[in-house]
Amino acid sequence: MKKIEIVTRTFKLDDVKHALSELGVTGMTVSEVKGFGRQGGHREVYRGAEYQVDFVPKVKIEVVVEDERVPELVREAKDAAFTGNVGDGKIFVSPVDEVVRIRTGETGDEAI
Amino acid sequence: MNPTDNAFILVCAALVMFMTPGLALFYGGLVRNKNVLSTIMHSFMMLGLVSVLWAVVGYSLSFGTDIGGFIGGFDFAFLNGVGMGVEGSPAGNLPHLTFMIFQCMFAVITPALISGAFAERMKFSGFMIFSAAWLLLVYAPMCHWVWGGGWMGEMGALDFAGGAVVHMSSGAAALACAILLGKRKGYGREPFIPHNLPMTILGAGILWFGWFGFNAGSALAADGLAANAFVTTHMATAAAVLSWIIAEWVHGGKATTLGAASGAVAGLVAITPAAGFVTPMAAIIIGLIAGVLCFGGIMLKNKFGYDDALDVVGIHGLGGTFGALATGVFASIGAEGLLMGNAHQLWVQFVSVVATWVFCFVMTVVIFKVVDALVGMRPSEEDEVRGLDVTQHSETGYQL
Repeated sequence: MKKIEIVTRTFKLDDVKHALSELGVTGMTVSEVKGFGRQGGHREVYRGAEYQVDFVPKVKIEVVVEDERVPELVREAKDAAFTGNVGDGKIFVSPVDEVVRIRTGETGDEAI
Repeated sequence: MNPTDNAFILVCAALVMFMTPGLALFYGGLVRNKNVLSTIMHSFMMLGLVSVLWAVVGYSLSFGTDIGGFIGGFDFAFLNGVGMGVEGSPAGNLPHLTFMIFQCMFAVITPALISGAFAERMKFSGFMIFSAAWLLLVYAPMCHWVWGGGWMGEMGALDFAGGAVVHMSSGAAALACAILLGKRKGYGREPFIPHNLPMTILGAGILWFGWFGFNAGSALAADGLAANAFVTTHMATAAAVLSWIIAEWVHGGKATTLGAASGAVAGLVAITPAAGFVTPMAAIIIGLIAGVLCFGGIMLKNKFGYDDALDVVGIHGLGGTFGALATGVFASIGAEGLLMGNAHQLWVQFVSVVATWVFCFVMTVVIFKVVDALVGMRPSEEDEVRGLDVTQHSETGYQL
């Protein structure tokens, strides 16, 4: 099992969610996050005083899937979140040792 | 007693009362979220503290029998002789109680205005003692000088609704507090970003609304003068909103909502001393200048290096000063200013400006030093970093 974490622009959330749903993903966890990468932050101005805001808001989508589905999900998620500009975000894939469905006690792939 | 005037002024008193919670929101939105409650409390508590002080002795010091042009006597202490009839009322058309409570609301908001200068770094105990002392030792004399039969009014200084009494006085006090208290920890290094601008905009809207009671009510009658003050107030404010955001734009930034709200307050402040003395067209000119001037005013703190957290000096100090001088230039209703060929009026206004700044600044320094020695004005560094809400009030504004 793998966890796919997609960190991308907030307005791309719906597109990515739709793309993953089309491929049969039945659950995901979404959070509003802040951070910076090559895009850096941005400037804000209050009563003429300029501030550098380092952390820009992004959305993080987490799904856990069977190993064999990873390549197509990553590909579709990447396409859905793509704008071509700096700040599109990143996708991280990492191994997951175990999954437990709390209600039934199922484990492994069955619990996803 | 005139029942129409009485009804109007009672409603105006309620409008002015509403400005203080409006100010609480205006200031509350501008600070960081760990200080939202303490900032709101700085305004809201004045409704409690100042109202009682006003009834006990503040009103009497302001409007009691004149002593040497400097202060009122104790004849109205504990509202003795302040009753339902017009006996002793400075406004012969209003019950004495009506006049007293209308003036009470002005006294409430003035120390609340200062709190913008020391936001995010003032101990609550120090704040309470400072505010009580300031009301009796600075506001009451100022109020007496201008409206209570004191020397400034006798000299012929024009202050329709409180340019000197409310705005210059709080601006001068703000400057003293900002300098004496020092900068907030991290000022100039960390970003100090307003945590809730919609709250600030709502507060500015409430201030604008309440200000009709403040200025039109200062006619002390439901007459044409009140209508003029109402219109000049609205027009100057509208013009200042425009000129502030244009100044922002030209300065290389974008038109901001905070700029629009700040411009509104700048316009309201500037028209306050002039509202009953100038025409609506003059009010628009005053508003246009005030918006640009106060936009420049908020840059002063960066130049001089004091941390006037919420720009009380730049907006109320500078806007009030400009308004007082503009009254000397544009006055044409019930008084004659420079444009009517009366240069003397401008001189009188200038004298009142200098006297107000010097008196309020010096007295504030003295009060501050004494209270600082008694209980301390600034919280510990650790408390300041944790935020005043949790360290001064044991609560937080937002549960997330």
